Amino acid sequence: MRLEPPMRNRADRLFGATVGAAAALLMLVLAWVLWDVVRQGLPMWSWAYLLDEPGNAGRSGGIAPILVATLAILGVALAVALPLSLGTAVWLAEFMSGRAMPVRLALHALAGVPSIVFGLFGSAFFSAFLGLGFSILSGGLTLACMMLPLLISTAEAGLSALPDEWRRGGAALGMSRASLVLQVLLPAAAPAVVAGAVLAVGRATAETAALIFTSGYVDRMPGSWLDSGRSLAVHVYDLSMNVAGGDRAAYAAAAVLVVLILIINLSAASVGQRWALRRLTLA
Amino acid sequence: MRVASDLIASRLLGAFAGTAALLLALVLGFLMREAAPVLSAGHVWHFLTDDGWYPLEQRLGLLPMVWASLAVLLGALLLAVPLGLATAVYETFLAAPAVASVLRLGMGLLAGIPSVVYGLWGLTMLVPLIAGWQAPGTSLLAAVLVLALMIVPTVAITGAAALARVPLPWLQGASALGLSRRTLVMGVALPAARGGIVAGIVLAAARALGETMAVLMVAGNVVQTPGSVFDPVRVLTANIALEMAYATGDHRAALFASGLALALLVLALTAMAHLAQWGAGHAP
Repeated sequence: MRLEPPMRNRADRLFGATVGAAAALLMLVLAWVLWDVVRQGLPMWSWAYLLDEPGNAGRSGGIAPILVATLAILGVALAVALPLSLGTAVWLAEFMSGRAMPVRLALHALAGVPSIVFGLFGSAFFSAFLGLGFSILSGGLTLACMMLPLLISTAEAGLSALPDEWRRGGAALGMSRASLVLQVLLPAAAPAVVAGAVLAVGRATAETAALIFTSGYVDRMPGSWLDSGRSLAVHVYDLSMNVAGGDRAAYAAAAVLVVLILIINLSAASVGQRWALRRLTLA
Repeated sequence: MRVASDLIASRLLGAFAGTAALLLALVLGFLMREAAPVLSAGHVWHFLTDDGWYPLEQRLGLLPMVWASLAVLLGALLLAVPLGLATAVYETFLAAPAVASVLRLGMGLLAGIPSVVYGLWGLTMLVPLIAGWQAPGTSLLAAVLVLALMIVPTVAITGAAALARVPLPWLQGASALGLSRRTLVMGVALPAARGGIVAGIVLAAARALGETMAVLMVAGNVVQTPGSVFDPVRVLTANIALEMAYATGDHRAALFASGLALALLVLALTAMAHLAQWGAGHAP
């Protein structure tokens, strides 16, 4: 329920106008940023742009290898982080409900670690210590570490939101807890897990600082998991900072990045919403 | 839990959870391992006493970059906190429902735009504007503006959530007492929501300290203690990103040490945010 405070005097009108102006200013700046990206980025787009190799240090040509490398890095990250986070979430929600505080605290703390620090860790551990070098594998594993806390907390929230009657019903039917989880609870919580995974992919797609020293800069088509691959965000950074006259191409890649992230975030929101609706009709 | 399969499942999943939790120890442990050469006693003080950052001459004074990081953080908070809170107040109490939902969507979009895109935009739009006023353009001011834009959604979203949790009877009571709109918001709603608001601000500060790419792209990256808002500066995170590619020996260890310090600082801020939130949850 909403309460609209009444407007009583001139000071109130001034107050309302001030906070309204702040909100309007932010929306204007948002529109400015989006408009610039679209205005300068879209004219470069074409099928050839998506399907060609970059030429002239990225100033011309396309972004095909960069898209492939981005997808490969995200694929590695999800393939590692998703099973690990599902297992952890099930353990926390179904076997340890409310307990295991140290694990929860460690995950909270991990969620706060800045991405450049993950970049340092990834380059020291995955690239140097495990000998993966600058590679898609190293970048993907670094991103997996970053994704883990968000994936776990969304999956655990999804499981905890399921009604306890289902658990008691399962117990009354003599189901083991493991099969209850696998056959009833996880399928029911799947939309929450998917929404969390989509959100995590959105953040990982935007990531740059953690990838510069792990998956690297190479803009050729990656041939194996151990090849270096340049992600889209790193491509934008490199064109903008290291390539003279690369601004137009940087905007084109930035436009691809922004559109991708808009699609990812909006689909996460819609999956979450549908989940909320389904929960209402089921419960 | 009588079934054998449950015992196995519990152990197996517990191992997964243990792995996830140990990751934090692994991250901090590896940073320490790599930073070890400069962390020995007596060595650490060089970070504070050396006059400037000349890694090739083994002079590893971090202070100019610490001051730059703090100046950027403070400037960004000074802009983002009032703007974000005003937006939260407008969205929660004053805007028509349709406008409020547009604002929520807008804040979500602002939060989702990647930091390299903010950096690119800042470099091609803001920096030339600032350069037209005071050369060189890449400056403390540009970093503050871009960073403020990046953390404003955190302040606005957490602020709006905290304001929405203020018990309705309090607001109705205040309204029944004949308080003006301004007094109701400033005297009742904001103080009642302060726990959540403070937690959001601290989280925004943590994000700002850890932000790398956008600041690196617009700040100019000259290592110096900032004397004016138009000076180019280099923050700690940008220093790591710029020099990791070629650093060796003590220089590399110093970069890991500054990363470790950054991580611990951000962890402390995150813990403070949780405490503030927790305190708010237990307030009368």
